[in-house]
Amino acid sequence: MDYILRRILYAIPIALGVTVIVFSLVYMGPVDPLTAVTPDDAEPHVIEMIKKQYGFDKPIPVQYLIWLKRALMGDFGVSLQSNRPVIEEVIPALRKTMMLAMVATGLAFSVAFVLGVLAAYHNGTWMDRIFTGTAVIGVSVPNYWLSIVLVVIFAVELNWLPAVGMGPRGSGEWEWDLVHIRYLILPVIAVSAIPVGIITRTTRACVLEMLSQEFVPALHSKGITSVRVLVHVVRNAAPTVLAATGIQFGHLLGGSILVETVFVWPGTGYLLNESIFRRDFPVLQGTIAVLAIFFVLINLIVDIVQTWLDPRIKRG
Amino acid sequence: MAEVEALRPGAEAEVPIGAIVARGYWGTVAYRLSQDPVTIAFGVVLILIFLAAIFAPVLAPHDPYKTNMPMRLTAIGTPGFLLGGDELGRDMLTRLLYGGRVSLFMGLTPVLLALLIGGSLGVTAGFVGGKVNMGIMRVMDVFYAFPTVLLAIGLTGALGTGSRNLLIAITVILSPPIARVAESVTTQVRAFDFVEAARASGADTSTIIRVHVLSNVLGPILIYTTSLVSVSIIISAGLSFLGFGVTPPTADWGLMLATLRTTIWANPYVAVLPGLMIFITSMCFNLLSDGMRNAMDMRF
Amino acid sequence: MTDGPTPDAVATAAPQGAERFLEVRGLKKYFPVKGGVLNRTIAHVQAVDDISFDVAKGETLGIVGESGCGKSTTARLLMRLIEPDSGTVHFDGRVIGASNGIPVREMRRQMQMVFQDSYSSLNARLPVEATVAFGPIVHGVSRPEARERARRLLYDVGLDASRFMKRYPHELSGGQRQRVNVARALALQPRVLILDEAVSALDKSVEAQVLNLLLDLKKEYDLTYVFISHDLNVVQYVSDRVLVMYLGQVVEIGPVDEIYANPRHPYTRALLSSRPSMDPERRITEPPLSGDPPNPINPPSGCRFHTRCAFANEVCARVTPVLSTFGDDARHEVACHMMSPGSGHPDAPARA
Repeated sequence: MDYILRRILYAIPIALGVTVIVFSLVYMGPVDPLTAVTPDDAEPHVIEMIKKQYGFDKPIPVQYLIWLKRALMGDFGVSLQSNRPVIEEVIPALRKTMMLAMVATGLAFSVAFVLGVLAAYHNGTWMDRIFTGTAVIGVSVPNYWLSIVLVVIFAVELNWLPAVGMGPRGSGEWEWDLVHIRYLILPVIAVSAIPVGIITRTTRACVLEMLSQEFVPALHSKGITSVRVLVHVVRNAAPTVLAATGIQFGHLLGGSILVETVFVWPGTGYLLNESIFRRDFPVLQGTIAVLAIFFVLINLIVDIVQTWLDPRIKRG
Repeated sequence: MAEVEALRPGAEAEVPIGAIVARGYWGTVAYRLSQDPVTIAFGVVLILIFLAAIFAPVLAPHDPYKTNMPMRLTAIGTPGFLLGGDELGRDMLTRLLYGGRVSLFMGLTPVLLALLIGGSLGVTAGFVGGKVNMGIMRVMDVFYAFPTVLLAIGLTGALGTGSRNLLIAITVILSPPIARVAESVTTQVRAFDFVEAARASGADTSTIIRVHVLSNVLGPILIYTTSLVSVSIIISAGLSFLGFGVTPPTADWGLMLATLRTTIWANPYVAVLPGLMIFITSMCFNLLSDGMRNAMDMRF
Repeated sequence: MTDGPTPDAVATAAPQGAERFLEVRGLKKYFPVKGGVLNRTIAHVQAVDDISFDVAKGETLGIVGESGCGKSTTARLLMRLIEPDSGTVHFDGRVIGASNGIPVREMRRQMQMVFQDSYSSLNARLPVEATVAFGPIVHGVSRPEARERARRLLYDVGLDASRFMKRYPHELSGGQRQRVNVARALALQPRVLILDEAVSALDKSVEAQVLNLLLDLKKEYDLTYVFISHDLNVVQYVSDRVLVMYLGQVVEIGPVDEIYANPRHPYTRALLSSRPSMDPERRITEPPLSGDPPNPINPPSGCRFHTRCAFANEVCARVTPVLSTFGDDARHEVACHMMSPGSGHPDAPARA
């Protein structure tokens, strides 16, 4: 309990640090921050307004506080491209990225957990080698290349699945029907590669460690069948594996930009990519802020859930 | 005090080790590596990739920049264009050889920089401890609190595109994890009495770090760092793939993959070749780092 | 050791006629304890609480006490591996670390330490020869010369240098490693050696060998020892004088024969009676120590031993006894109300 409270308190300065970095992104670039957040064709009175709104006439710490206060209320400024509030661009995109990440994490977990347990249980056999090899491939394969390969195989050669988009005729509206799910398959496989690799390795290492502990032979000697032993081991390995899965989910939220670009999947990654090329700084900053805070929260939740599931873990 | 008998000092009643081969730490690591065929095999592949990149000007059959419209999107196996031609008719084999130079440089440089920066920050934090440790590690935690790829993209987005900024961005994302590992192993080593003994010998902090701490922490830090090479290569090529890094017409695996992506309907097999190279290189580094880990992980 | 014919009233119990080589005065070290949600300092461990003693040139002072009583902290304070909160140490007449005294670095050349854990105190990545030669090299001795010195010392501690110098710690046995540690400590040609449980982790037979090596080396190099151990038999074997510590304080100090034959403090008596003795004549009928020592974060008031003392009285919980001489032997000091005339303890002798 004490740990959980301390963990929550600890997340606050981290989250603030994250906002400081996101805020300073605007000052790192070669362009003047005022220019960066102002449309090129802005009228002088608009520029004046933006200047006031952001507090560019004030010292930088004050500017940060102004920015933070507005950011906490969901106000990340206005997109230079669409003239809409940034948050209205980010939220729908985040929803689409989340969907991709959730389905991919679920798939990765189910596949990787089985692979990892089997590999550990048959430690040293051909099965172990194949599954460990799969895991190495998973973490070694650039997912943007995997995306292209998948498109080549399933769209170009076999013509089974669509190559890009998230719906027929470039529709951005999602429905849970067979027509739309066909668009989801390839991106999900592509972003699952890394999580599959990492979760397989974590599961294997965790189960191997369990199997090496004394209680396993003890269970066997009591005549308990290996299936029951397996259940026991799996239950003990679960907290660590779930934690790894949670972290992978967080990484997918911020890391699917390349896959989204290949598949023209209108998520946050795609939004980021566009914002960089169009020099739409408010959108870049807002998207990163939202994703990074999400990541901090996910890490926090993972830690708390893990502590709750596995009270043996002592933390300082 | 019956048990305390005046034995001659030097009477060795206890020599537990038979034939001792005093190899030392790195000697043992080399020996263990030599017993691991998988690591050796992928290590050899990696050396070949490096040699091919280094000797690209000698090996390449064509000019990497000379366009040749009749040879546009030539299929693999065409005489003279062994791996086909790209969207401007340039020889793929040549471009892949030259691309290796850029991609390997863009992938390895940030790792080395991060090893220097993150490693020294982590060792300092671990050795000095206290408030210095708090200060350094909390800042690292903040960078660590970003999803890796997102931070890299945010930084390139902010700094502006181009290879130099890309190198900076990747160095920044790789330094905190190295600092964490370095801090944790240094903190462990610092607790050993030999550090106190060295201090008692009158050695100053920099001598202790140089002689006693680095000899113990460098192994684990290097193991961890090699495991980041693959990530670095994938991300740096990925950012070039997005167009944030290397600019055309430079040959770079990531950038080549990006431009060829538009040709997958016409010439899919040539289009995937640059990515295949990224994949193979990154896999070699991953397996090499696993092999190193096994060889260097010594618990006597 | 020299015998002092005239009693000395100075409450330091230094042997008469011998130079006071180390003078420890009021040494104190509290370690902060962090805790709570905000990880603030919530308490202090009173590891070493105002201790004073002297060590004479050429003698061996044994320091005994249960684990956690502050013995090792005392050793590290003497070496200045940790900074004392207060108190001074004079080394050969000069204050360690003071501006007009002896610099810490210079003190460390003359005073060296051997640690308990023979494995943890050797760098696993360095061959034995490099470990021993490290100190001299740090102090400006040329590398070949330092290596030569290392080889000679390895020989002196009973290790065949030609066989051992290139070995790594994991290729040595515990006894061999501890010999290397002794050689390393001697490499700077120190005058004082602090041995912090230096033989405690060794097997009995090996322990005896290393002890005898230490006694030989002491003669050979004209050394002064501070010998810290929880093993009363070993301390009796090597020491000239013995200091007994309890919860960060000195409870009794005196010549070894006097302490062992005639312990005055109930804690010393309990310690001695709890050790296994082969000789029924020497058994002391004293209730053995029960339970663990109290928490040094919140040590008992008054005499810290009163919670475990069979003779504790109301005054013991109230007043802290002062370490002082009594009777005819000026070299034997005890901190106990029962020994102090007029202390208020019913068993105390009448005021003189």
